[in-house]
Amino acid sequence: MNTDSPDTTAQLTQIPKLANGYRLQWEPAQDSFVVLYPEGMKVLSGSAAEIVQQCTGEQNVAAIIKSLEEKFPGVELSKDVLDFVAGASSEGWLDV
Amino acid sequence: MSEPNAPLWLLAELTYKCPLQCPYCSNPVDFAQTGTELDTDQWIKVLREGRELGAAQLGLSGGEPIVRKDLEVIVAEARKLGYYTNLITSGIGMTADRVASLKEAGLDHIQVSFQASSSELNNWIAGTDSFQHKLDMARAVKENGFPMVLCFVTHRENIDQVEDMLTLATQLEADYVELATTQYYGWAFLNRDVLMPDRAQLESAEAAVNRFRDQKINDAMKIYYVIPDYYESRPKPCMSGWGSLFMLVTPDGTALPCHSARVIPGIEFPNAKDTPLSEIWKRSDAFNKFRGFDWMQEPCRSCSEKETDFGGCRCQAYMLTGDAAATDPVCDKSPQRHVIEEAITASREPQTKPLVFRNAKNSKKIPGLIS
Repeated sequence: MNTDSPDTTAQLTQIPKLANGYRLQWEPAQDSFVVLYPEGMKVLSGSAAEIVQQCTGEQNVAAIIKSLEEKFPGVELSKDVLDFVAGASSEGWLDV
Repeated sequence: MSEPNAPLWLLAELTYKCPLQCPYCSNPVDFAQTGTELDTDQWIKVLREGRELGAAQLGLSGGEPIVRKDLEVIVAEARKLGYYTNLITSGIGMTADRVASLKEAGLDHIQVSFQASSSELNNWIAGTDSFQHKLDMARAVKENGFPMVLCFVTHRENIDQVEDMLTLATQLEADYVELATTQYYGWAFLNRDVLMPDRAQLESAEAAVNRFRDQKINDAMKIYYVIPDYYESRPKPCMSGWGSLFMLVTPDGTALPCHSARVIPGIEFPNAKDTPLSEIWKRSDAFNKFRGFDWMQEPCRSCSEKETDFGGCRCQAYMLTGDAAATDPVCDKSPQRHVIEEAITASREPQTKPLVFRNAKNSKKIPGLIS
């Protein structure tokens, strides 16, 4: 992904937050983080869980990428984060 | 057998008391003969044990769960245990104050049922003057910040209103709308001939749903459209398999793998009052009875689709063929598919029997009503 495109620039300033009614929590029975919502549950992969934990509504996508890159040095994460935020928001469970 | 997966869903039917009389209710027809309701502490014990077992979604239903004065206490405890708490209500008996107090207790979501999109039909089916109050309560649910599911159970008398139902759900700002065609269990089985829509009605309902989606009238609202299995050629994967991810506890504490499992004779369902849920889930004969594939007969046993639909519904197999281990007769590979065709044909005859409404008086008359 070209991280200089106007779309990407706009996306980097988005402040993602779980939509109303969605809740992130650790589920021992699944050995995973999950997102719970009315009558359903998504089991998150390890990397998805890292991203969703940052989606607190208090920082924008650029800051999320920065803090994850600090946590996992040497890993190029921006494309993963941008794709994830775009996907989850189009599915309606992440507000941006 | 290896350890079963965790039951993701625990459904607590807190009471069979209900101010409505819907003739398709999934409660057992003899509900009036049930034992004493579990008290607050007994329910909390059930919730704790279910959570330890891995249940993440908790449904609070009934009957009408709002009848329970301790609902807020139960919700608060459930939320503290980490459940996602879903209240399944008709809205009748609810007040705006109670919606607010449930929010405060930590309730996550409310599903409100409607019987129709018009006052007249809604009130007739519900057997009460309830439509206006439902509208008020749906608004209170949204005003308190809850995500809201509106549920319409559809059948011959109301399925032609699907378009209006979607419009009403949009006006009420529902986040999800469920259009669930009546499944023939409990009271609905008793009233099957009168409730079953015909094929033309189904096709036109489905077209209305597709039109609503295609015209992007309300993209934000998710629509679940459940079609009736009698008109399918493959059975539904009922409960994703017996004892696979769902456990229901009835008002008196009986633990069941689905709403209607008690129709199957010869199975002793344990009671959560005296048996720990983990014991019931993992080791009881009742929950192991139709787990896996060893119980299957032909044509299920050698069928390539058995891991998709698990042979369909055990209750339906029993109710329609007399054998709970038979292939669900909805399947067109079933040698007994003809019973489904006969039921559809019978429902097309002029109906002389009136609808039997779900109430304690009629429940006590059972089995007179069935014969």
